[in-house]
Amino acid sequence: MKFTVDWLKNHLDTNFNNNQIINKLTNIGLEVESFESSETELDSFIVAKIINAKTHPNADRLKLCDVDIGGEKTIEVVCGAPNAKSGLLTVYAPPGSIIPKNQMKLSVSKIRGITSYGMLCSESELQLSNESDGIIELKNDKYESQVGDKYFKNTSEKVIDLSITPNRPDCLGVRGIARDLSAAGAGKLKIDQKPNIKFIGNQTVKVTVKKEKNQGCTTFGSCLIKGVTNKESPKWLKDKILSLGQKPISAIVDITNYVMFDLNRPLHAYDADKIDKEIIVRSSSKGESFEALDNKKYTLENDMCVISDRSGVLGLGGIIGGKRSGTEFSTKNILLESAYFLPRSIRKTSKKLNIDTDAKFRFERGIDPLSIEEGLLKASKLIKQICGGETSSLDVKKIENHINTKINFDPFLFEKTTGFNIENKELIKILENLGFNISKNKKFLKLTVPSWRPDITQSIDIVEEIVRIKGYEHINTTEPIKTRLKPTLNYYQKLFHFLQRSIASKGYLETVTWSFTDSKINQMFRENDKEIPIINPISSDLNVLRNSIFPNLLFYLKKNLDRGFKDISLFEIGPAFKGKKPGDQLTVISAVRAGKVSRLNWNDKERVVDAFDVKKDVIQSLHEAGIGRDEIFIDDKTPSYYHPGKSGSVYQNKNEKNALAYFGEIHPNIIKKLDIKTEGLVIFEICLDYIKESKQKMKDSKSEYKYSDFQKSERDFAFIIDKNFKSQELVNLIKLVDNKLIKSVRVFDVYEGENIPEGKKSIALNVTIQSTEKTLNETDLENINKLIISMVESKSGAKIRS
Amino acid sequence: MSDIKKIKDKYIDQLNSGNNLDTVNNIKSELFGKNGIISNEFKKLGLVSVEERKKLASDLNNIKDELQNKITSKIQEIETKEINSKLQKEKIDVTLPERNIEIGKIHPVSQVIDEISSIFSEIGFSVEEGPDVENEYNNFTALNTPDNHPARDMHDTFYLDNNKELLLRTHTSPVQVRTMLKGKPPFKIIAPGRTYRSDSDQTHAPMFHQVEGLHIDKNINMGHLKGCLNYFIKEFFEVDKIKMRFRPSHFPFTEPSAEVDIGYKIKNGKIVIGEGDKWLEILGCGMVHPNVLKNVKVDPGKYQGYAFGIGIDRLGMLKYGINDLRAFFETDYRWLSHFGFDPLDVPSNYRGLSR
Repeated sequence: MKFTVDWLKNHLDTNFNNNQIINKLTNIGLEVESFESSETELDSFIVAKIINAKTHPNADRLKLCDVDIGGEKTIEVVCGAPNAKSGLLTVYAPPGSIIPKNQMKLSVSKIRGITSYGMLCSESELQLSNESDGIIELKNDKYESQVGDKYFKNTSEKVIDLSITPNRPDCLGVRGIARDLSAAGAGKLKIDQKPNIKFIGNQTVKVTVKKEKNQGCTTFGSCLIKGVTNKESPKWLKDKILSLGQKPISAIVDITNYVMFDLNRPLHAYDADKIDKEIIVRSSSKGESFEALDNKKYTLENDMCVISDRSGVLGLGGIIGGKRSGTEFSTKNILLESAYFLPRSIRKTSKKLNIDTDAKFRFERGIDPLSIEEGLLKASKLIKQICGGETSSLDVKKIENHINTKINFDPFLFEKTTGFNIENKELIKILENLGFNISKNKKFLKLTVPSWRPDITQSIDIVEEIVRIKGYEHINTTEPIKTRLKPTLNYYQKLFHFLQRSIASKGYLETVTWSFTDSKINQMFRENDKEIPIINPISSDLNVLRNSIFPNLLFYLKKNLDRGFKDISLFEIGPAFKGKKPGDQLTVISAVRAGKVSRLNWNDKERVVDAFDVKKDVIQSLHEAGIGRDEIFIDDKTPSYYHPGKSGSVYQNKNEKNALAYFGEIHPNIIKKLDIKTEGLVIFEICLDYIKESKQKMKDSKSEYKYSDFQKSERDFAFIIDKNFKSQELVNLIKLVDNKLIKSVRVFDVYEGENIPEGKKSIALNVTIQSTEKTLNETDLENINKLIISMVESKSGAKIRS
Repeated sequence: MSDIKKIKDKYIDQLNSGNNLDTVNNIKSELFGKNGIISNEFKKLGLVSVEERKKLASDLNNIKDELQNKITSKIQEIETKEINSKLQKEKIDVTLPERNIEIGKIHPVSQVIDEISSIFSEIGFSVEEGPDVENEYNNFTALNTPDNHPARDMHDTFYLDNNKELLLRTHTSPVQVRTMLKGKPPFKIIAPGRTYRSDSDQTHAPMFHQVEGLHIDKNINMGHLKGCLNYFIKEFFEVDKIKMRFRPSHFPFTEPSAEVDIGYKIKNGKIVIGEGDKWLEILGCGMVHPNVLKNVKVDPGKYQGYAFGIGIDRLGMLKYGINDLRAFFETDYRWLSHFGFDPLDVPSNYRGLSR
C-alpha cells in the first residue's frame, strides 16, 4: 500500500513530522517497507565521463568509448556521435533504460562485432531539445564531481510503502491508515463531509442481483452520470496516481482508482451506452467467456460471480471489468458501480482464473459493506468536477443486509493475555477511536465492531487492538523459569545428534541438501519405493521427493570433483521419503568417500579408498553409539546401487529383518551414468529408525567388572577353505568351541593364488585363550587346538594348513 | 707379586687405550677365563706358605677388584659412546609432515540447531519433531488458516497431489498441532526442522529451517513470551545486552501477534548485534489463537500461552557472518570447510555455547 504524507494529511490533522509518522506506523503494526521518492524511468540516466575514445575497428564513423559511470570499472560503449571524445562529460543510459524520445528499451547489443553496454545520449533522445547531431556535452565545472550520479534529479514527493497484513483490509485505503494513527495519538481523523450532490433523474438501467445459491454479490449500488467529457486527469490527480506507482489513464478511470486507494472502496465505471438494456448480477455457467480489460479472454466455469447484460458477460464482479463496456475518452454516459462481493467467492474465482487486481486484492480481504453509497458519492462529485455531466439518484440493490459483529468483552481478558493492566477509560477511548460503539453492561463491555473490520470476530481480537494501539513496549519482560518437565531429547533425538558428530569426527564434512531431487538420478536409488512427484516443483531437476539421500550427495560430489578436489568425504543426515503420506519417511545418514587415503604423504603409501574404509566408519560409529561389536551381523545382500561383490549390509543381530546399515563400493554403472571421475568411490548409509532403542539406561546396563589375571595364550591357525566361505562364519565357529575360554579370534591374513587350489583361499587366524579360573597347561591348550580344528573342518569343509 | 702388579699395570694400560667392546671382552677372558691369568694366580695360592698366602690373597683380591672395576666401567663407557653415536645417526626431521589428518565438520545449520536446543533446554523446553510431508489440515486449517484465507498466499506451498491435500510443510507450526493433539497441557516444546516454500531467489531458498516454540499453561501471558525470547536472543548471540523491539503483526494462528526486531549496527563491515539504531526482523510470535486451541482439543478458557517461529538459517547467518543463504545448501567443499564446526564443539551450558 503506497501513499504520500500529503495524501495522508487529507484525512489526518497532525503535527507529527515524517519520522514520527513512520515510527508510529511501525509501532501499531503497519509495517513500513520503505519511505522514498517513487522511481521514475528517468532515474536510470547517469552522468558519465568518456575516459578514452578510439575508432571502431570495423566502422570509421563509430567510436569505442571507455566510459566512467562511477563504478569500479569503466563500461565499453559504441557511439556514433562525432563529438564523442576523451574527457567529455555526458549522459549515459545503461541497458534496460527506456529512451524518452522513442520509448525504446535498451539492451546489450553487438554493433559491427563489438558489444556495446548501453548508450550515450543526445539532447533530442532525452527530449531536452531537438539537438540530435551529437551527444550531450556537460559542463566540466558543474558535473565533474557528479560522475555516477543520476542526471535527472527526482523531485517527486516521498512515498510511504506499507506492507499490510491480510487481516487489515481497512488499511488498504489512506483513510483507514489515518484512523489507526489517530487512535494511537498521532493526530485527529478528519471527518469527511457528505458530498452535496444535486441528483438529476433516476438511475434508469435496470439492475437485478439474482438470488442464487452461490451468489457472490450481496449488494450492487450504482448511479448514472450523463453527458460527461472524459479527458486526461488534472495534475493533482495524476500525481496521486503516479505516487501509487501506477499510470494515469483517463479522468474517469483515475477517479475510480483514487477513491479505491483513498477509502478502500473499489468502483467500476461502465460506458452506459455499451450496456445491452440491463445489468444482471449472477453466477456464470461453464463455458461463458469475455474479454477483460487486461486484453485477455477468460473462459468461465460454473458459479463465478459475473456482471452481465442481455448480450452476455460484461465483467467479473469485484475482480476485473470487460472490454466491451469499458470507458474511453469518447464515453459520454457512465454507469458507476459500487458493490459488495463476498471474499470467498472472489478468492475462488481469481485463483481459478489466475487474475490479480487491486480490486480483487481488496474484496478478497473484505471491503466495508456499508461504504457503497459513500464511494458513489465521492466519485460522482469528482467526475462532475472534472468531466461535467449530471448524476442520477443512487440505486442500491441488496439481497442481504449487513449486520455488524457484536462482542461482549470482559476487560480482564486484556490483563490475562498481556500481563499488564490498562485503565478502563483508556481502553474505551482506544476502541472508540478505532470506530467501535460501546455500551457498558456490568463488568462487560458491549462492543459493536465497525463494518470495515471484518477481521474482528471475538474477544481476543479486541485484546490485540488495545495492546497494538497502546504499544507493545508496555508488555513486561517476565524472566523464564528454569525447571524442566521432561528430558530435552528422546532416545532417537540423542542418537541423531550423537551419530551426526560421530560421523563428522571420522573426517566427513556434513552437508545439508534439498529434500527434493532430480527424478532421473533418484531413479537409480529408488529400489522398490514409489516415486513421489511434486505437483509444482521449483524446477524440473528438483521434481521429486528424494527416496534416498545419495542422488543429491553424488550430484554435489561430482560438482566438487569438477572443482578439482580429489579426496572428498561428505555426509548428510536427514529424511529419505518412502511414500507421500505424512510420516512415510526415515531418518538416514548417507555418506560418500572418494579418492585416496594418504595421498602424497611422504611417509605412507597412498591407496584408493575401499569398502573396508567405510566398513570401519560404520562399525565404529555404531559401536560408539552403543551397539556392541559382538551383536553386529554382516551380510552381503545390498541394494542394487551397490557393487554386487564389494558391499555389505549390517544387522543389529542376525535375525533382524531390516539392515540398519549398508556399505561398500557404488555400482560402476552409476558412476558411469553420472559421469563421476574419481579414482575410488565408496559409500555407506545408516538408517536410524532401524536401530533398536536400548531398554536400559547406561546406569543400569553396565555389567559387573570381571577380569582374569591368569596367563593368556595365543595360537595361530591357517585353514584352506572354499573361496566364498565367509570369514565371519569361520570366526563364529571357532568361538562356539568354547565361549568362555576363547577370548578373541582375529583374522590376520587372507591369501589366494599360488600354492592354493583353484576356488579356495587361505585364512590365518589368531586365537586368544584365557581362563578365569587357572593357568592353562599344555594339555588344556592342545585339547582346545584339536577341538578348534575338528570343529572348523567338520562344519566348514576347511582343511588345516600344515 | 711384582709380576702380578706388572700384569695388572699392563692390562690397565690396555684397557685405558682400548675402545671397542671386543678388545675389552678379550682382556676379560684373558684375565678371568677358565685359564685366565688371574684365575691361575688364585689357583697357585695353594702352593705358597700359609703366612705368605694371606698377604698374597689379599693383594690378589685387590688387583682382581681393580681390574674388574676397570673392565665394567670401560664397558659402560664404550656402550654409552656407542649409544650416543647411534642416536646421533638416528635423528629424524621432525618438521616433516605428520600422517594425513582427515578433518570432518558439522554444518552450520546443525550447529545452530544444537545451540538453540541447548538454550531452550535450560529453561525447560523439550524437543518435538514432525514429518516434512504434512496434510493440509495440520499445516493450515488447524492453524486457523482456512482455504479461503488470503494468509495462505503468504506461503507458496509445494503440493504432492492435485487435491492439495498433501504438501511439504511451509512452517514448523504443524508440530504444535501434532504435539497438542497427542498430549495434555501443559506443553513446553521447541520443534526445529526443515520447511519448504516454492520461491527461490538470493534471499529465499525452496527449503529452509525453522524452530517452532510453544508454551501452553494456565497463566502464560505476553510477558512470559517477551521474557523467553529476550533470554533466548541474549544467550544465542552471547551478548550481555540486547536491543529488542516487539512490533504488532498478524499471523492467523496467533492473536495478538508480533514480529520481533533486534537492534544492530555495522562495524568494520561486520554486523554487531545488540547495539546501534538499525532494526532487523528475526522472528514472528504471539499468543496462540483460541481457535487453534479449540482445534487441538485444549480448552482456551483454561489454558493459554505463546508460540513463536524463528528462521534458523538466518539466525546462523547473523551470528557467524554468512552472507548467502543459498550457499547453505550448495555443498561447496570450500564453504563447508570454512563455515563448518568441529564435531567436538558440542554446544552445552557448562562448556559454553560456542568457542
